[in-house]
Amino acid sequence: MTEGAVEAEVGRARLRKEDARLLTGQTNWTDNIQAAGMLHLAILRSPMAHARLERVDVSPARELPGVVAAFTGSDLAEGMGSLPCAWPVTEDMVHPDHPPLAVDEVRHAGDPVAVVVARDRYAAADALEAVEVEYEPLPAVLDLEAALAEDAPLVHADKGTNRCYDWPLRAGEDYAAVRERAEVVLKRRYHQQRLIANAMEPRAVVVTPLAASGEYTVYSATQIPHILRVMLAMVTGIPEHKLRVVAPDVGGGFGSKLQVYGEEAIALAVARRLGRPVKWTESRSEGYLATHHGRGMIQDVEIAADRDGRLRGLKVDLLADMGAYLMLVTPGVPILGAFMYPAIYKMDSYEFRCTGVFTTRTPTDAYRGAGRPEATYAIERIMDELAAELGMDPVELRRRNWIRHEEFPYDSIAGLTYDSGNYEAATDKALALFGYDELREEQRKRDERGDTVRLGIGVSTYTEMCGLAPSRVLRDLRYAAGGWEAASIRMLPTGKVEVVTGTSPHGQGHVTSWSQIAADVLGVPFEDVEVVHGDTRAAPQGMDTYGSRSLVVGGAAVHHAARKVVDKARKVAAHLLEASERDLEFTGGVFSVKGSPEARKTIQEVAFEAFTSHDLPDGMEPTINAGHVLDPENFSYPHGTHLCAVEVDTETGMTRIRSYVCVDDVGRVVNPMIVEGQVHGGLAQGIAQALYEEAVYDDDGNLLSGTMADYLVPSAVDLPDFVTDRTETPAESNPLGVKGVGEAGTIASTPAVVGAVVDALRPLGVTDVPMPCTPERVWRAIHGEEDPA
Amino acid sequence: MIPPAFDYVRPHTVEEAVRALADGGEDAKVLAGGQSLLPLMRLRMAFPQLLVDTGRIPGLRGSRMEGDTLVVGAMTTHHGVLHDALVRRHAGLLAAATATVADPAVRHRGTLGGSLAHADPAADLPAVILALEGELVAVGPRGRRTIPAREFFTDYLETALAPDELLVEVRLPSTDGWGFHYEKFQRVAQAYAIVGVAALVRRDNGSIAEARVGLTNMGSTPLRAPAAEEALAGAGDAAAVKRAAGEAAEGTRPSRDTSASPEYRAHLARVLTGRAVLAAAGMG
Repeated sequence: MTEGAVEAEVGRARLRKEDARLLTGQTNWTDNIQAAGMLHLAILRSPMAHARLERVDVSPARELPGVVAAFTGSDLAEGMGSLPCAWPVTEDMVHPDHPPLAVDEVRHAGDPVAVVVARDRYAAADALEAVEVEYEPLPAVLDLEAALAEDAPLVHADKGTNRCYDWPLRAGEDYAAVRERAEVVLKRRYHQQRLIANAMEPRAVVVTPLAASGEYTVYSATQIPHILRVMLAMVTGIPEHKLRVVAPDVGGGFGSKLQVYGEEAIALAVARRLGRPVKWTESRSEGYLATHHGRGMIQDVEIAADRDGRLRGLKVDLLADMGAYLMLVTPGVPILGAFMYPAIYKMDSYEFRCTGVFTTRTPTDAYRGAGRPEATYAIERIMDELAAELGMDPVELRRRNWIRHEEFPYDSIAGLTYDSGNYEAATDKALALFGYDELREEQRKRDERGDTVRLGIGVSTYTEMCGLAPSRVLRDLRYAAGGWEAASIRMLPTGKVEVVTGTSPHGQGHVTSWSQIAADVLGVPFEDVEVVHGDTRAAPQGMDTYGSRSLVVGGAAVHHAARKVVDKARKVAAHLLEASERDLEFTGGVFSVKGSPEARKTIQEVAFEAFTSHDLPDGMEPTINAGHVLDPENFSYPHGTHLCAVEVDTETGMTRIRSYVCVDDVGRVVNPMIVEGQVHGGLAQGIAQALYEEAVYDDDGNLLSGTMADYLVPSAVDLPDFVTDRTETPAESNPLGVKGVGEAGTIASTPAVVGAVVDALRPLGVTDVPMPCTPERVWRAIHGEEDPA
Repeated sequence: MIPPAFDYVRPHTVEEAVRALADGGEDAKVLAGGQSLLPLMRLRMAFPQLLVDTGRIPGLRGSRMEGDTLVVGAMTTHHGVLHDALVRRHAGLLAAATATVADPAVRHRGTLGGSLAHADPAADLPAVILALEGELVAVGPRGRRTIPAREFFTDYLETALAPDELLVEVRLPSTDGWGFHYEKFQRVAQAYAIVGVAALVRRDNGSIAEARVGLTNMGSTPLRAPAAEEALAGAGDAAAVKRAAGEAAEGTRPSRDTSASPEYRAHLARVLTGRAVLAAAGMG
């Protein structure tokens, strides 16, 4: 290898730096944290969906051995603000109060009622049973349509309505006129069932106070240490600079840890009162009630088209279940989806309306994809319906309507500028890998011979918006913060490198990928880079990790910061080599003078010189550090084509995925192994929505799927071998050309799977199977609602 | 997931265990593997004050033949059952069903006796023991007694065992030479069966001479399907088997849960009985 011809780090399937620790159990989960004199919290939760608290008496609990204190909502109310909602989507949005601990009313099963503080978690759990509560039942509010009726019982009586907001969007020609002219109009209703994120690590929080100076360290299993710090300061009144928030090792989030939770505020309040460290860790079944849910929508979708398949218009009416309270971005989740219903298709008119509705269920909020999977599901499903109506192959219908690769950049009807994409390339590759024509042939043959096991084929040609987000766009959407990301890089005296990032990984492998990005720009070995994150003292600025934003915004910020490091190092090297900056080349971490390659300085040598500062240019500051805060110009738009073949046993209703092929275009790939892992996990989660998972409530508002025995999370044995491949169309909006991959699999797969189930059954007259497509639902769809003979 | 406080003893003989159970009265429970009991305690749905851990009592594990009867120790783990040569030969149905129980971690801790004494109608092994026409041997302060499987399962999570009796072994008449199949229908691999069907078939001249059908999760106890069994006798082809299997839900009272309604369970029992019997008979 000649000097300078160093293999690029970006693009290499590097083993993850994180994994040795994770796989050998040497991790620092929040629940592992111990502090001298630490007390344990247990939280009593409402067993009812809706009730007035007539009496909450914690004094019997206080008498029990090992119990140090116990508090009701009223006890903690002083100095405690409402939990925050950072996304008031409309000016007149109804925004109810949300005390961390209920004061006079509980509004969902699991709403916290009292907190017990004990010397160990056993005593705390036992003491919950001694707390006396009198509940005066109030009517549960569960049905989204009924909740909007004039005389409906109210979740928040003081607000006079269960309607949280109406948020409209109209684009292109007048929809009514377009509909009038259209040759075909189809309307469908889809239900997005509630989902519960099952992060491997449950939520946990530890607070250690330094009473003398009024400082507090909050350790939390959170995706958002930086946002949490700001918000906890606002909720508790503790000055922001006296709060340090640490996200230690965090084991998954999927949106569920993109939140400011009552338990975090309660733990802080209790630690402040008692002057002692406290810990709270949720159990899985507690989390099912208390950790926010995802999805929960009714989608009325109407599509207008010509007989030749050309789309004319799309109209979407959403009812979105907010649950009992507005949490951090609850109202905004469906709005994120609003821009994605038109997806990759060209049309003349688009009309969208979302109505947020309060119910007496656990609040909803971000869940992997957050609004975009729901949009993709609806458009892809109704495209299938249109194809069936027109007697057209569903892939062909998509081909006739999608944006062609030569049309980029393209302004979508919803107002987004898609910077790049190549739907033709991804689709052609996927069709070939899948063996589409052969499977269609097999499907036809099976149908002819009346096989009781039917074959179905589903397709999803999705796009999504990632890289949240340009701050001015967030302003226009009334989001309360910006979408920038920060990175800084320190060259250490020995030539090693510290990258400080404002992203907060919880399984994504940022330490590895950021090392690859920095190593390439700086020309240092991958092993010489350490990445610091997840602690507001060590990584003081950041907007954290969600919405497939980290690589696109945070990774790009690392790239920019590294460029600045090289810029300064070049100045130092030029000075040391007595050459002009213009005459220096920089490859493989070595500055050399053009034409005299023996005159050279490595970046490590330069870093040491900058550290000693013995011989720097006049006026130059010692050491080499650089920071960059990046506000993205645009979103990024991954896309791809997913194809799913299912076998449906019509005798039992059981669906088995026979093959699954996806070709994703997530732009330039930093670490192919990490990308593939994200795709696999995303597919599993999207398939889970299609076939397995649902938060089921009874008519009284009790969560029936309250444990993992009833809430069915699939494991590896339940899933097929995935065939994954990629096309690479670089993003135009960032120097890395990356688009983000955290949510793609989840967004794309759900409609592909359900579409395949419906495709298998369509000749039997089936046009929909509600999610999850359980065997019984499939069986009922085949037989109508009749009992079998 | 914090259980209430409890006491714990680990006796070294059956006699000590029985004495501990007798002393503990209604509040004592046997800890035989803990794969069902401990989750219930952690969810605070069970509140035993004394756990009698029978895991270290010698002689309660493994198998032996007594004449034509296979005897399996109650504390044999599922993993042990699965890899036991005698079980595989003389009670192949038990091995086949045990292979579908939960996951390897659970199979290494959970025990045959524990699963039977827990008597969950959704668990796989109770219906299998019914189909195998096994007997369960219990030891208590009043001595040793043998309970036929058909009298053992009395109601949902209830058995004929007295609180101070310990299940020590399971006796299974050899079904060497019978065809067998356990058809388990579940939404994900680690879930309980929505319905399970345990089929045993003795063939004679290509026809079914005798069939036994055990049903998992079709009522408050594991069940046999007598009407289907009767109709299966003499069945000589797939059509006859499927016809007979149509009787499989007769007399059952399946429950409703988040995965299935009673009528769907009844439908599944019929379809799966046909499949299980065809597989057991080698006709499938």
